[in-house]
Amino acid sequence: MKIELQVNGETRVVEASPIARLLDVLREEIHLTGTKEGCGEGECGACTILIDGEPVNSCLVPVAQVQGCELTTIEGLAASCGYAEAGATPLQTAIVEWGGTQCGICTPGIAVCAQALLRDEPAPSRARIREALAGNLCRCTGYQLIVDAVAAAAEGGQS
Amino acid sequence: MPQVGTSPPRVDGLAKVTGAALYVDDIQPPGVLFGRTVRSTVPYARLDAIELDPDFDWSQVTVVTAADLTGPNVIALIVDDQPALVPVGGTIRHVDEAVALVAAPSKPLAEEARKHVRLVTSPLEPVFSIEDALEAKVLLHGEDNVFKRFEINKGDIAVGFAEAEIVIEGTYRTGAQEQMYIEPQGVIASWEGETVRLIGSIQCPYYVHKALKALYVLADEQVIVTQAVTGGGFGGKEEYPSMISAHATLLARKAGQTVKLVYERDEDVAATTKRHPSRTIHRLGFMKDGTLLAAEVDVVIDAGAYATLSEVVLSRAVLHAGGPYKIPHVKIVGRAVATNHPPHGAFRGFGAPQTTFAYERQIAKAAQAVGQDPFVFRRHNMYHLGDVTATGQVLRESVATEEVLDAVEAALAKEGPNPRAEGDSLKRGRGVAFYNHGAGFTGSGEERLKGQATLALLDDGRFCVRSSSTDIGQGAQTTFGQIAAAAAGISPDQIVVAQPSTDNVPDSGPTVASRTCMVVGHVVGQAAAQLMEQVQAYAKANDLDPSDRVAVAAHSPSELQATVTYRPPPGIVWDDQTYSGDAYPVFGWACCVVDVAVDTDTLEVTIERCVHAVDVGKAINPRIVQGQIEGGTLQALGWALWESVLYENGRVLNQRMTNSIIPTSIEAPELEAILVEVPYSHGPHGAKGVGEIPMDGPAAAVANAIEQALGIATDELPLLPETLDRLTRGGGK
Ligand code: FES
Ligand code: FES
Repeated sequence: MKIELQVNGETRVVEASPIARLLDVLREEIHLTGTKEGCGEGECGACTILIDGEPVNSCLVPVAQVQGCELTTIEGLAASCGYAEAGATPLQTAIVEWGGTQCGICTPGIAVCAQALLRDEPAPSRARIREALAGNLCRCTGYQLIVDAVAAAAEGGQS
Repeated sequence: MPQVGTSPPRVDGLAKVTGAALYVDDIQPPGVLFGRTVRSTVPYARLDAIELDPDFDWSQVTVVTAADLTGPNVIALIVDDQPALVPVGGTIRHVDEAVALVAAPSKPLAEEARKHVRLVTSPLEPVFSIEDALEAKVLLHGEDNVFKRFEINKGDIAVGFAEAEIVIEGTYRTGAQEQMYIEPQGVIASWEGETVRLIGSIQCPYYVHKALKALYVLADEQVIVTQAVTGGGFGGKEEYPSMISAHATLLARKAGQTVKLVYERDEDVAATTKRHPSRTIHRLGFMKDGTLLAAEVDVVIDAGAYATLSEVVLSRAVLHAGGPYKIPHVKIVGRAVATNHPPHGAFRGFGAPQTTFAYERQIAKAAQAVGQDPFVFRRHNMYHLGDVTATGQVLRESVATEEVLDAVEAALAKEGPNPRAEGDSLKRGRGVAFYNHGAGFTGSGEERLKGQATLALLDDGRFCVRSSSTDIGQGAQTTFGQIAAAAAGISPDQIVVAQPSTDNVPDSGPTVASRTCMVVGHVVGQAAAQLMEQVQAYAKANDLDPSDRVAVAAHSPSELQATVTYRPPPGIVWDDQTYSGDAYPVFGWACCVVDVAVDTDTLEVTIERCVHAVDVGKAINPRIVQGQIEGGTLQALGWALWESVLYENGRVLNQRMTNSIIPTSIEAPELEAILVEVPYSHGPHGAKGVGEIPMDGPAAAVANAIEQALGIATDELPLLPETLDRLTRGGGK
């Protein structure tokens, strides 16, 4: 069936089964491949996007469920935060500068999730950052430099 | 800002953090077919027939079996014993072994087709445990099920143990470990006439190149292997990509179309290589004053169904079994045995973590036996410059034993992060591990490999690094850029690193063994310096401004290039027959201390503190090196406490991330990584390898800490709550 989606501020109409995974529709129909698949079962968080501002694992969401919702993927994250020109939010820049990305496959999901955290809690503690990122697996970094980056990007952060 | 010893951001960072970086599954060629693999469900059997369901519509499906092979049915690696696909009449040797392949225009159709292929088999009696393999009642390989045996001798252990006042013996077991890179294995294959093109998530393009050449009997230039941005490897994408590449190219050839073969998570966990399970029996003799006299080590690793890389893993296991300790009498025996598990293979540390676990448990027990502080005991026995290792290697330079111990003790003198565990039923303990790791290939390996790198002047005046060393997240591109910039005396932004593809980069050797920075980085630096000399000479000869490299490039009729081949440092002598001599050109040294809190009700372990000092020679990019140490440390903590691979009748039971646990940001402690720099004269700016060493020691530190907390012998990994429960009840394995 035809499904209308609001993705990164644009209306996209796709032909898809209503039970198709949102992740597949984003990656294969709309060619937004920045959202990754690591497990397909809600464990790794590589597929995290924002649905009406909330981080959600897009591999668990049937596409029909998000008609009328505002979807933000990693490709639209900077613009959604007012950094369209820069192409990256200060948080994304911090992740690069601190070494919070290595192989990078987890990074889009982590950036999306951490951005939502900083929007809601501008100055989270390190423990809180760890808690917020608990659904985003990273096998490369040991999380230390990711937490450092988020803490640095947080309000008054300097960690 | 100096080019080296500073931490410019990774060159690939922005593309990764914005989602622009293209991993193999992000590449979506039009009209691509999707491949799936039909796998065995029995561990050991004769394959009698492959049957296609006559009621299924096969019109859109390409099916490949071993009958479609035109060349030898083998995945070429070291010993050519592993088939690409089990042929009818042949033997299935493990569960989830590839038997047939299907491809279809959609993923659901490919998956459906896979289910309609039936395998007819006659079961044979399988072997799963190391003990049963050694007993050799059922023979899977040769006359004793031993793929490979190594022996190292120094002094005379009979004399050593006779003189020793105290002798302790222990049996240590470690489990398999899944690499669990977050991006599963995947490749895309296509043919243009007799030339095959492959792009994928791979560590070693030239390994795949070699395997495909052998499979199709093709010339070098008929096989083009390109690395896509790779979402982690840790050894898991060293050998297995040759297999998945064989499969994708077979499908593409038969279908006459491009084929994408990307594994689902459960398939990846079930079928691809993992860290070798091990059993080590370790006897240690010493005096009451703590002086070590003799060590006898017998390590056996479960190779699984095929030889694959096990002999090389075993080599590293035995070569590291002596640790950083001066022991006059040593005997080390290692065996890799055949079982009906899927082949175990390369994983960061490559055999060293298994033997390190055994000897550091023994050292902890020995220190306790003589009532010495763990640091005092280790300092008393550690190597110094000029000492001789178990293989007879004289440690001529860069021994950082004292430096890493000093660094850790200094850090411990300061307060750590706040204790995290809460509750009334906590018991706490501290464990130490002290160890070393040989950097680069073993023995004469680098001599044989002759790794090369090329630097070329581009039209835009920048230098291009061409090497087959892949960036799999460890930061090779950034590090190479810094080394080349320093050697050429230009800014790192004047360097680009080419995407590794066998048609445009020389063979630098594989991206393994902590050799990328130390060995390939070394030749990258030399080539960059040579290219700069060429540029200057050319400018001078042609009256050009040498700093205007755009003009030099435009003027030169052909691309200016410099290629350098690695030459190991002089004086390295290694004897493969006696396993003696200079095992590695240099060692890295490390010490890890872990504080644990064990909840005695739930037996859950919280890591409260983890201090890890690692000698890296010189950190080209300290931030990247820190990331390597921290990432490796957490993988080691995971192996120690949470990660287990459950085999039942040779099949991996926990194939999903839901039940195959790796640490999250919550389990991960605040990691205190300390970089120690004792330079190596033959590494770039003194750098040694860092990729693997942080994986070797932390598990022993965890076990030693839990032993102190609970007063039980923690001689096996992983130490899950159920393991601790069994051990506190006095049950061995
Ligand atoms: S792919 Fe969605 S959580 Fe892993
Ligand atoms: S950077 Fe590789 S998984 Fe996170």
